[in-house]
Amino acid sequence: MWAFGRVSGFVALALFTGSVLLGILNRSGRPLMVLPRFSISLLHRNVALLAAVFLGLHVGSLLLDSFAKLNPVDVVVPFLGSFQPFWQGLGTVGLDLVLAVVVTGLLRHRIGQRTFKSVHWLSYGVWPVAMAHALGNGTDVSSGWFLMLAAASAVAIAAALLWRLSPSFLETSHARQGNLP
Amino acid sequence: MKTQLHIDWTSCDGRGLCAELLPGVLDRDDWGYPVARGKAGRERTDVPLRDADLEAAQEAVVLCPKLALSLHERKVQ
Repeated sequence: MWAFGRVSGFVALALFTGSVLLGILNRSGRPLMVLPRFSISLLHRNVALLAAVFLGLHVGSLLLDSFAKLNPVDVVVPFLGSFQPFWQGLGTVGLDLVLAVVVTGLLRHRIGQRTFKSVHWLSYGVWPVAMAHALGNGTDVSSGWFLMLAAASAVAIAAALLWRLSPSFLETSHARQGNLP
Repeated sequence: MKTQLHIDWTSCDGRGLCAELLPGVLDRDDWGYPVARGKAGRERTDVPLRDADLEAAQEAVVLCPKLALSLHERKVQ
């Protein structure tokens, strides 16, 4: 359970990184090589849902693990854990935020675009919270491969954010800034 | 009964998913917004659909990132 709990945590983090990158690409309205826009949209959704499944496995397996000593309360209420309550609490915060984003994402057509979007913005908060939880609470932080994964993810997310904030982000930005082709 | 694809222009942001899913029905203008092929006036906002395009249109309604599309049934006059 201990090993499984750790590995599922890494997989969830890697998938969340991919999901954020795909979400930013999706927002730009650009297709990616052979992938049309609607495929990127579906891929973004499916990678995010898969990440949420691995997050469930991560929390569930550590809940049953005797070494992690998790209380059922720690799954929903942050900062009450017995081992490193702050870093573990960040994981709880991340789980709660992911649940909110997933539920509103699946109910998008029922709750409307505005509510969906305001909650979906939280995803930008989930990623740093999850990364901080992995770095602060994880027991594999000293191992090289994990640091490589974390550094590569951070660089990719930072680059995507800079791109997101750049004036040429939108596919149609050129025309919309007044330059007709 | 004839099905129409309604485009809510206040929601539309011209992301282009609908034009990809309905290439025979929708084109995109220079700003990315959907333009119904060979249609004018109201039919650019309430685009009449052939039965063959219905399934793709339903996909487009589900996937539109701005929830700007909806399907309506209209009686043929």
